[in-house]
Amino acid sequence: MKFAHALVIATTFGISPGLLAAQDYSAAVKARQGQFRIMALNLGVLGGMAKGEIAYDAEMAEMAAENLEMISELHEAPLWLEDSSNMDIEGTRALPSIWDENEDFLAKWAAFGEAAEQLEEIADDGQAGLGAAVGAVGKTCGACHDAHRQPSS
Amino acid sequence: MMRLLLGLCVVGAGGAWVLTGGQQLSADDLDIQTGDAVAGEQIFWAAGCASCHVAPEAEETPAPVLAGGERFPSDFGTFVAPNISPDAAVGIGNWTLAEFATALRNGVSPQGQHYYPAFPYPSYTHMTDQDIADLWAFMQTLPASDAPSQSHELSFPFSIRRSVAVWKWMNLPSDFHTQDADTPELERGRYLVEALSHCAECHTPRDAFGGLIADRWMGGAPNPTGKGNIPNITPGALDWSDTDIAYYLGTGFTPDYDSAGGHMARVVQNLSKLPEEDRKAITAYLKALPAVAPSSD
Repeated sequence: MKFAHALVIATTFGISPGLLAAQDYSAAVKARQGQFRIMALNLGVLGGMAKGEIAYDAEMAEMAAENLEMISELHEAPLWLEDSSNMDIEGTRALPSIWDENEDFLAKWAAFGEAAEQLEEIADDGQAGLGAAVGAVGKTCGACHDAHRQPSS
Repeated sequence: MMRLLLGLCVVGAGGAWVLTGGQQLSADDLDIQTGDAVAGEQIFWAAGCASCHVAPEAEETPAPVLAGGERFPSDFGTFVAPNISPDAAVGIGNWTLAEFATALRNGVSPQGQHYYPAFPYPSYTHMTDQDIADLWAFMQTLPASDAPSQSHELSFPFSIRRSVAVWKWMNLPSDFHTQDADTPELERGRYLVEALSHCAECHTPRDAFGGLIADRWMGGAPNPTGKGNIPNITPGALDWSDTDIAYYLGTGFTPDYDSAGGHMARVVQNLSKLPEEDRKAITAYLKALPAVAPSSD
């Protein structure tokens, strides 16, 4: 295995070669990145239906929206341990502002929850309403990524 | 190196001092004297004014307060967005339409000072008279802020505003970059991308003099204000479907449902307020661009 590949795999799983501090944050980083992947998967179902790429299925739309809503209800603190920002460890794009401006971070997470709840309320009512409701969720994703995630390189 | 070259350029241009005053437009230069504020709102979002001119900590409101204050670090120093709210004393409330048009088209203030091109007038210079007038009408409906504009913090010789005249002489475009726009959709896309939404300002790399490198148009560039790179959005790198690009511009969701971050999240917020046809027109323009090969680094 090439070193670069090993590095990619290591960072994908939140392992920081040569940079592990006294505390191992990999479990927390994996958990929070996993949380976002579950969100992406469910948004993919709803977005695909909104775009018209996946046939609308009320039951599946409802399940996906419920999943999003449930994730929004997870308590976030255990996933965001102090000193696990991109300034501290490899394999994360979490900016220090998550901790420095924690109230703002949590308010933005709460905004995602509200948008997910509204999406859940209309998800099984038909395809027509999905576009706007999924868009509203996307807006809350963007607001937090603008403030608290390092842009990808 | 870039700083050295630019410095030399500026010093060498000292002789051109006399030529470097800013040119003012008069009302006679414009085809239209009164704009439509309702139409202007669409121009406002397409042009992305709020992304930079809203105060950094401000909550999002339907009628943004363009108080300024956000800082933009660069190789030349830190630019601070000014107050462009309708306040008569510290904003632009006292301006005339011709002065507003002069700022957008020539990058010159009512006092004849050159604006630094952190203000994307090299794109806005392509705006139609109608759109300038409509935008002006809309901006006067926004709330005023009495927060004074702060000075830019630039290092010598970039702190000399007159040096900008030389930069303009080298870099201010007189026509669209993309010459062929054969359908109404491509023409609309070109106008949105090259004039209003000023995508090239970040997505096209710059030469040693800060000018856009024409043959790498939209081919990606280092992020001027931080780590990482602004992506190549030509068909040389961006292989998303038309639907995926238009959907991303409206929602921020990538085809694998990651979402836009950084400054692009704000761009998406603006573009999501435009009609679907506009996002499709931008998509058509991007798809028609000459492919720029991904850079090796």
